[in-house]
Amino acid sequence: MSQNAEKILDHQELFREPEYAKMIENKRALFENRVPAAELDRVRDWTKTAEYREKNFAREALTVNPNKACQPLGAVFAAVGFEKTLPFVHGSQGCVAYYRSHFSRHFKEPTSCVSSSMTEDAAVFGGLNNMIDGLANAHALYKPKMIAVSTTCMAEVIGDDLNAFIKGAKEKGSVPADFDVTFAHTPAFVGSHITGYDNVMKGVVEHFWDGKAGTVPKLERQPNNSINFIGGFDGYTVGNLREIKRLFDVMGVEYTIFGDNSDVWDTPADGEFRMYDGGTTLEQAANAIHAKATISMQEFCTEKTLATIAAHGQEVKAFNHPVGVAGTDAFLQEVSRLTGKPIPDALTKERGRLVDAIGDSSAHIHGKKFAIYGDPDTCLGLAAFILELGGEPTHILATNGNKAWAEKVETLLASSPFGKNCHVYPGKDLWHLRSLLFTEPVDFMIGNTYGKYLERDTGTPLIRIGFPLFDRHHHHRYPVWGYQGALNVLVWILDKIFDELDKDVVAGKNDISFDIIR
Amino acid sequence: MALRQIAFYGKGGIGKSTTSQNTLAALVDLGQKILIVGCDPKADSTRLILNTKMQDTVLSLAAEAGSVEDLELEDVMKIGYKGIKCTEAGGPEPGVGCAGRGVITAINFLEENGAYENVDYVSYDVLGDVVCGGFAMPIRENKAQEIYIVMSGEMMALYAANNIAKGILKYASSGGVRLGGLICNERQTDRELDLAEALAKRLNSQLIHFVPRDNIVQHAELRRKTVIEYAPDCQQAQEYRNLAEKIHANAGKGTIPTPITMEELEEMLLDFGIMKTEEQALAELAAKEAAKLAAATA
Repeated sequence: MSQNAEKILDHQELFREPEYAKMIENKRALFENRVPAAELDRVRDWTKTAEYREKNFAREALTVNPNKACQPLGAVFAAVGFEKTLPFVHGSQGCVAYYRSHFSRHFKEPTSCVSSSMTEDAAVFGGLNNMIDGLANAHALYKPKMIAVSTTCMAEVIGDDLNAFIKGAKEKGSVPADFDVTFAHTPAFVGSHITGYDNVMKGVVEHFWDGKAGTVPKLERQPNNSINFIGGFDGYTVGNLREIKRLFDVMGVEYTIFGDNSDVWDTPADGEFRMYDGGTTLEQAANAIHAKATISMQEFCTEKTLATIAAHGQEVKAFNHPVGVAGTDAFLQEVSRLTGKPIPDALTKERGRLVDAIGDSSAHIHGKKFAIYGDPDTCLGLAAFILELGGEPTHILATNGNKAWAEKVETLLASSPFGKNCHVYPGKDLWHLRSLLFTEPVDFMIGNTYGKYLERDTGTPLIRIGFPLFDRHHHHRYPVWGYQGALNVLVWILDKIFDELDKDVVAGKNDISFDIIR
Repeated sequence: MALRQIAFYGKGGIGKSTTSQNTLAALVDLGQKILIVGCDPKADSTRLILNTKMQDTVLSLAAEAGSVEDLELEDVMKIGYKGIKCTEAGGPEPGVGCAGRGVITAINFLEENGAYENVDYVSYDVLGDVVCGGFAMPIRENKAQEIYIVMSGEMMALYAANNIAKGILKYASSGGVRLGGLICNERQTDRELDLAEALAKRLNSQLIHFVPRDNIVQHAELRRKTVIEYAPDCQQAQEYRNLAEKIHANAGKGTIPTPITMEELEEMLLDFGIMKTEEQALAELAAKEAAKLAAATA
């Protein structure tokens, strides 16, 4: 064997050792029943053609690599944004392990979340007992200040009624009668993680503002000068929310970040484990009803939440994950209009610096073609920024994008000469994107980690922006919103462009292009 | 007027759909704007109002379109007799899938897409018993305020009525759902009215109306019409009008039911002669066989 205790080979090297190489080859030949290599190549090449693309886009019953997750993932994301709040997912255990690991892989932080561990008997008799025992255990063990209940497919298929169950559990004394338990039905087979986020946020609003499921009087709104800010489902939540707070503080705005999970996913290593950290206090969540207005940074993450807030008499304004100069301008101007606070010189200066940076690098981005995939709002924000930079967002794809989203993207594309030959693909998956990349190649892809397979397959370099990012560390600590955020995005795009420029040099052929100045 | 939501439950084949549609046709004559949400995979809760079987159920169209999110409200809402809005949840073929989930999906879709706006009444017509969580959807909080159980003097209908009362009780403490009353659809069994009244009393409810049997209902139904539309001047139409008025006046008067145990129910049936004791049944069987034997040897 090639392993020895003195020098242990990692998998990357180990499986290239002769005995492993031989074993793998034998397995292919004797066990896998492979088609001949020539046939494999023929079919592989055929899947790169326009003919295959047509068949691929005619696909009806099959989804390959959808670029979306399920509702409860968004539910957990939303829940941890509140002070000492424990996400409680009513349903089966394996689902909840997925939400925890998914976030931990992205944020490199533990994500605390419990399950009511429904099993077969619960599927038959209903999950009421799981709710009763689960709430009691979660409350006793983890001492949260609030529990936010959501559901997995299993509880939804059998039709468990959360409202009735939670009331029933409180009657049985699982948690004190006045303990805050919010709830949202989040069937994983409907919508995506952004729907789940929306449902939980709406559930929290209704809980605190509308009388806590009939147990206390509804709150009476007494408008003040504060504004609420909702970030939406956002992989950059740590960096973004801190940047938004800085912007608000610089402007002197009174605000509530409604759902602030920036601390819980960035706890210091100082010897103390923080199961909960930061978050919107429950008092703030209740008092948010009195705010003058609510701003959502991501329209498609907050459709129902904003409608509910608007019904309480507040002005609401939704953005689409604004990135760049114009996007940030519109955001800050809206904040200024709502609060009456002028935009201070310090921010105008930041804007000028961003414009300067864009100007410095314009020659490298101008005319470059990009494929963008991600959540609906992220796609809109990034596409607007690419257009602003003079690039062409040739393919814009969101598996969880709907018709309304597609129309918005089309309007955006029509607003710029660079959008002329660009198209939007609502409801399509990454296998559709593969066909697009082969038949209408672009210079770069922008999207999450899952694009790395497409990068290897199609040779299109991947600029990693989105959620999840499992194979790069700490990007979530950087904002992408605000002028500073746009600068980060600009740098990530440029870094890749320059790396590719260097890669394009063949030693001994065009060494003169291997320039140290770019 | 605040939105009033009611639901009709009852044993399969008891005449729920017929009773509910006739009652709603009478309600619309009282000037009420009505939405019917049919919660039965058979999709026959709106047939008499639309004068045809609804083809486009929420779930059949959702299955066609790929997902319920791709549907528009206009696709699934048809207008029937005097402007009654009709929708059918639809559901899977027998033996596959989950009809209960279908009910949840359909009701959520209708609510989110504004079907409940601009109506005075929403009426749910629900298949059979409350067999699972999905079929309890209409009795969750903020759905139906009153449940009307359609029953008759037959044993199984009484069992079902008691079971439905159990379902209502489960949700009555956490939500606002109440039992509005029993509607007895006459089957001409022995002491039917007495029995219905007795059961209503045991369930802490009322017999809201006793609908007599009349062949005109079948005549109307063969023409896919309610009696109200087919023969508005007949006595049976008046019965449905009376029922509609009683239901209309019954807002907020529902009660929390007190379902009884199986033993209590059986005892009651024995008292009314619907069910016989074992000894009685055996004696009757023996007598019957003896008579047969006597006839054969004679």
